[in-house]
Parts: sequence; structure tokens; C-alpha cells
Amino acid sequence: MSRLLMRKTGNAKYLSHLDLMRTMQRAFVRAGLEIKHTQGFNPHPYMSFALPLSVGIESLCELMDFELDDATELERIPCTLNQKLPAGLHIVSAYRSENKFKNIKWLDIFCELYYDDEVPENAVTRLQNIFSKSVVVEKRTKRGTAQIDIFPLIGSLRINRTAEKVVAIDARISAQDPSLNPGLLITAINKYEQSLTPDFTKMERREIYDADLKVFR
Amino acid sequence: MKQQLERILQRVQKPARYIGGEYNEIIKDKSKINIRFAFCFPDTYEIGMSNLGLHILYGVLNGEPDVWCERVFAPWGDMEEEMRRCNVPLYALESGDPISSFDIIGFSLGYEMSYTNVLNMLDLAGIPIKASDRKELFPIVFAGGTSCVNPEPMSDFFDLFAIGEGEELDLDIVNLLKIAKKGGWDKTRFLSEAAKIPGVYVPSLYDISYNSDGTLNSVLTNNGAPMVVTKRIIEELENSYFPSRTIVPSTEIVHDRVSLELFRGCIRGCRFCQAGYVYRPVRRRSPDFLLKKAEEALSDSGYEEITLSSLSTSDYKGLNELCDDLLEWCEPRKVSLSLPSLRADNFSMELMSKVQKVRRSGLTFAPEAGSQRLRDVINKNVREEELLESCRVAFEGGWNSLKLYFMLGLPTETDEDVLAIADLVNKVLDTWRTYAKNRSRGVKINVSTSCFVPKPHTPFQWESQIDMAEYSRRVKLLRENMRSRSVSYSWHEPDVSFVEAVLSRGDRRVGRAIEEAWRLGGKLDSWSEYFSFDRWVSAFEKCGLDMSFYACRVRNIDEVLPWNIISVGVDKSYLESERKNAYAGKITPDCRALCTGCGANSLLLRRDCDE
Repeated sequence: MSRLLMRKTGNAKYLSHLDLMRTMQRAFVRAGLEIKHTQGFNPHPYMSFALPLSVGIESLCELMDFELDDATELERIPCTLNQKLPAGLHIVSAYRSENKFKNIKWLDIFCELYYDDEVPENAVTRLQNIFSKSVVVEKRTKRGTAQIDIFPLIGSLRINRTAEKVVAIDARISAQDPSLNPGLLITAINKYEQSLTPDFTKMERREIYDADLKVFR
Repeated sequence: MKQQLERILQRVQKPARYIGGEYNEIIKDKSKINIRFAFCFPDTYEIGMSNLGLHILYGVLNGEPDVWCERVFAPWGDMEEEMRRCNVPLYALESGDPISSFDIIGFSLGYEMSYTNVLNMLDLAGIPIKASDRKELFPIVFAGGTSCVNPEPMSDFFDLFAIGEGEELDLDIVNLLKIAKKGGWDKTRFLSEAAKIPGVYVPSLYDISYNSDGTLNSVLTNNGAPMVVTKRIIEELENSYFPSRTIVPSTEIVHDRVSLELFRGCIRGCRFCQAGYVYRPVRRRSPDFLLKKAEEALSDSGYEEITLSSLSTSDYKGLNELCDDLLEWCEPRKVSLSLPSLRADNFSMELMSKVQKVRRSGLTFAPEAGSQRLRDVINKNVREEELLESCRVAFEGGWNSLKLYFMLGLPTETDEDVLAIADLVNKVLDTWRTYAKNRSRGVKINVSTSCFVPKPHTPFQWESQIDMAEYSRRVKLLRENMRSRSVSYSWHEPDVSFVEAVLSRGDRRVGRAIEEAWRLGGKLDSWSEYFSFDRWVSAFEKCGLDMSFYACRVRNIDEVLPWNIISVGVDKSYLESERKNAYAGKITPDCRALCTGCGANSLLLRRDCDE
């Protein structure tokens, strides 16, 4: 399987998963790279992303699988493709990999919590306390809402004050089976310590790992 | 503002339409720019980015090294609310800069229901909505586009109008603005100079007086502004800019494909059709040129679909050859080809199987009227036999769904004509029963009607629209007589058409009502979520204006019409004789069969259309 490692940063974070698929498909055509199409009545280019990213979250580690029709050298692809992408999308590398997406287990998410007035007192400790035991939050599902405990889905969590009005959470969370929507971290803060709810939050996916915490490529 | 915007974008639907940054977006170095141009499309990103005119003018204007043209769209309601709440003024997508600091702001006016958006966008930008309240030269606010063939209803808000095709005209305006900027002109001087540019209409240079019955008495010019402003056209399409390198949206829009413009104008002359008159004369591009441009545009954009666009694509000379050549290129690259607006008369199996090859799309015919008599009145020269023949071909080819469009309320329409729609649909069903390839799959005929809106610069410009109650009665009549399970009937509500009829043939006074409608909260009127008929009624009432006076009144042939100031090249005497022909049920041959002397060829230096 051919695989791309790419970044989705800046305003590109507002592109939905479908937007990204369509944009990549067209970028390949612009670059003159022919992607293998599915067989069938309505052929479409075969491409698949690991762990679809929510709108509004940046990422340094998106993985996309594809297959080319001819034996184009993979090393050439980042350079060719990067000239054909909209702002904020950037290919880091292209390589062969047999490591299946289902082997992904953890991911690192970096959340910056912005407080307009000032960071509440003892915010770091209080935030740590929230996540040091069972954290039950309401999650929207296909059939309404459900109460889930997100504590087991958090591998590790570091909290630092990074600027005058910013607290950062560096969390390693379950990427799939089951996944943890990083937005629920903020939901939990709002539920357990409402005064710590930030005025604005920025999130960035930074790395992905397999079950042995080896970087997944 | 950047951080404010970032916060807002987290809270609104589809934020991708507010960020720019798409492939082929043009970014320039501000320090090297003389004129900053805001190209405003008064509807959402998804609609505006689907507009071919936007892509053409964006390319033309940005072709000037010292001009930077950027795009601006109307925000959806949730975004507007956030922008107002957080004091984020309307900004251009490329730079993110507020447009109030731009030199010139151009709006594309394509349809009446976008009028309130113009006011709303100006207001969101912090720019006074009325031209008379903008005393300084900058920014100049102007409009172009099809609706400007009757500029009067919007003349309170624009400093000037660009009438006709904008490729050369917009540059003329920008070049004059460069001179004005350098010379330190005031606005008055700029406008009186601008009025000398062919195709420019400066409403403030005209005085209008009215008769006691509310009709126009006279239109007087001052400062030597022309009595008639004649629209501009591009004579040689192949020598003018072709948009083969266009912005490719990263998020979904309405028409997300390459649009290959085959020709401008239309040989047909359907008497209800404004586009058929105001885009004359017919000017075409050659198949060789188009093939080359199609390849360029597809390769550059990476689009997976191309459509052939024009007012009547099946009238393109050399369509079969062009399709063959295009398909030869497209098929191996898995690009699909679609053909819109096929006429029901020359729809061929060959053409159909061609478009089918890559991907099959729906099939739509627009007979417009049910009876042959009424089709002759409107000069829609499609015979029933031809329509049924086309249906036969389609059904034999395996199609099992079909859309049929009609208008109700066309001049001279009777109940018989309405019922003839049901008859025609029955005949289409019979054709399916006789010729369908696979009858077990059933058939679906989608019939839809809309309420006829008489438009300026057409032979029906003097006609009355039927009132809403009468339209509803005719809808009911048709519905009760078209009960087959295979037929589904949908009709457009007449209230939007009524407002359209008022705005399209309005005079200067209508501007007050448009402003009032906006003040009462009117915006995004082309969206049913936002359109409110009651709001328009209150707005007109408040201004003491009678909507029926504009929509449902037959004009005297000698009446001074608000749009007399504009010439689209077609002689008024021609429109009059076409109107007489309509009442006599006499058809006029298409331009290719016989030139009937509409006058539009006077816009050409070479005097021959359709070469």
C-alpha cells in the first residue's frame, strides 16, 4: 500500500473529511498522477484516510492510503503534489507501508485553553484533578445521548501553563475501538469545573501510535 | 480580527466557505497594488463560486499587475449574526481585509432576489448603502450583470452600472479610476467622466419625472450623460480571456465542475426569455478552441466533470464533433461530460448515448406550454411530435425518469392551455408504455410549473403578470387533471414570482421599498428559509407603493418604461412586432433559418452574427 503522511494546519482545519477527500483526488489529477480506481459500476478513485479528523482540529500526522496506476517513484510525490494543494495542506512524505490502519491505538492531542480575563486560580492542579479519576460525560450517539466514562480512554495527560492566558493539555487518548472525541475533554471540564471552561480552545493532533506506543507509520 | 474570526468560525455552519485559500486563489503584494477591487457576489459562497462570470472577471481584473481583485460573498445568517456581534466587518477572502478600505466594489446582479443582499453586505462592510451618502471618491460601488438591464430599482445604491459583458468594460472603469486617483479627482468629476465610457450608466446624472397616474413622464439627463446607454459586448470571444485556470473550491459548491462556454446569445427568440434577447447577438467559439481550453481547464483544476454551457447547447454548430473529441480525451481520464438545456426538438440518440457513456444524468425538457397554440404564442418552436419523438428515443435508450418544465400565466393562456399540459404528459406516458425498454421498472415523470414573470427587453415587457390567486387556481386545475401515479407535480409558489415581477420592472421609486424590506430584516431572499412575502408587502405599503402597479398592469405601448435608458441592441420596434406576432400566434424562425432583423448585429463591427 502507498501511504502519504500529511499536515492539515491553519485554515485547512475547516475542511471537512469529504472536502479533504475531494481536494486530494483533484490534486492528484492536477499533478498528473493517476490513482487506481475502484472496479464497478461507478468507479471512483481509491483513497482512504486513517482516523477522520473533526472540522476545526489541526493535524501534523494525517495518513492517507492510495495506489497509483503506474510505478511513479514515491519520493517524487510530496514535491509534485505540494504545488497543487490549497493553503494549509502539506505532504510530508510518501512511502510504502504494510502496517494496517486498524493497528493504530493511541494519538496525541494538544489542546490550548484560552482564558480572556485571566487563567483561573490553580487551574493546572484543578484540571489535573478532573482527569485523575472516573470522568463521566454525555456523548452524542446515533441513538441520542449516552453517558460514558472517558477516564479509561486517556493514556496520559500533561497540563502546563504555556502563556499568560493559556493553559495547554497534552493528552494521549484512545484513537479507535473505541475512539475518544477530544472535544469531550472540554465537555468534562465544563461539567466538573465550570469556572475552568475556556473562552476559546485550539486543538492539534500531533502523533499517532500503535498499541505498543510505537509511532505509527 | 484574525483571532476574532477564528473564534467565530468554530461556531458557524460550513466554515470552509469563509476562509479562502483555495487552489488558484490569487494573492498579490499589497505594496505593489494601485487599485483594490472587491468582487461582491450577493449570495452565498456556494452559489457565487458556481458563477462563470465571477471566474472570468476575476481572471481579467487580476491580469492587471497593479489591480488586486478579491472575492466577497454574502454570509449565511449564523455567520452574519456572529460578525455583527463580534464587530467583524465584511472582509475579502483573499486578504481577509475589510472591504470598506478598497478602492472599488463591484456587485454581480444576476437576479432580483439578491437585491436585499447588496444592502446587507454594504451595511456589514460599514459602507453607507445609499450612493448619495457616500461623498468621497472611494470606494466606488457599482454593479454589473443581467439584472442591470433595468438598473432603476437599485439606482439609489450604486454609483454606476456596467451594462453588458464586463471583460473590457470593467477594465475601462478601473483605468479611469486610476487616472482619478492620480489626479485627485472628486467623486462628481469621476462620475461625469465615467458616464462617457460606452456601457456605463450613472443614475445620479438623470432626473426622472412622473405622471399623476404613477407612470414615468420623462427622463432628462444633465452633464451631457447619454440618453441611451448601449450594452457592451465582446465581439471576438476567442480573442478575449478564457477562464482555464480558475479557483477550485475546497468545499462543496452548487456547480462544482468545468463550465465550457460554447457561445453567447441564442438563435431562438422565445418571447418570454430575457436571456434570449439581452445576450444577443450570437457569438460562438470554434470546436478546436474549445477542445484546447477544455483540456487546459480539466488538467489545471483536476475536476472530474465538465459541462457545456450556453443558452441552448444543442444549437451549437459542431456539437457532435466537439462531444466526440471531448469524450476521446475525457473517457480514459474518467472525466464525465454533461449537457444541460437540451431542446426537445433535436435531441438525438447519438448525443444521448454519448453523454451516457461516462455517467448518466437526469433528463429534462422544457416545453414551457402545454398546447401548440400557446407554444406558438411564446415562440417556443417545439412541436409536440418532436417532443414525443425525443421521449421515445430516451425511453428506448433506457431512461425511465424525465422532468418537464412549464410556465403558467403566459400571455393569452386559457384553461384549455392549462389542461393541454395534462394531455401532453399523458401522451408522454403513452410513449413510455409503447417504447420503454424495461416496463417493469416503471417510469417517473416530474412535472413542474412556475408563474410567468414578464421581463424588460422582451416582447412581453408590456404584459401583466397573472395575480397569485389566478395562478393558484390554474395549479389546482392542472393538479386535479393530472392524477397518474407515475406523474409527480410540483409547483413554485407564486409569491416569489410576484415579487420578482415587481422588482424586475420597477422604477426608481422601488428602491425605497427594497431599502425598507432590508430594514425590516430582508436578506437571502432567494432562500425559502429567509424569504418572507409579508415583509415585502409591508415594505411596499410603508413606501406607499402598489406592487400590482408594477407586476399586474398592462403597459401602454407608448409608456415611458424605466429601462428605456438601456439598450441591449434589440430595437424596440422589433419587440413590438414580436408582441404582435405573439398575439397572432405567428412564429418567428430562428436566426439561423432567417435573420428577422432584431438589430442586435449593430453591436458587431462585422455585422454578421453566429459566424
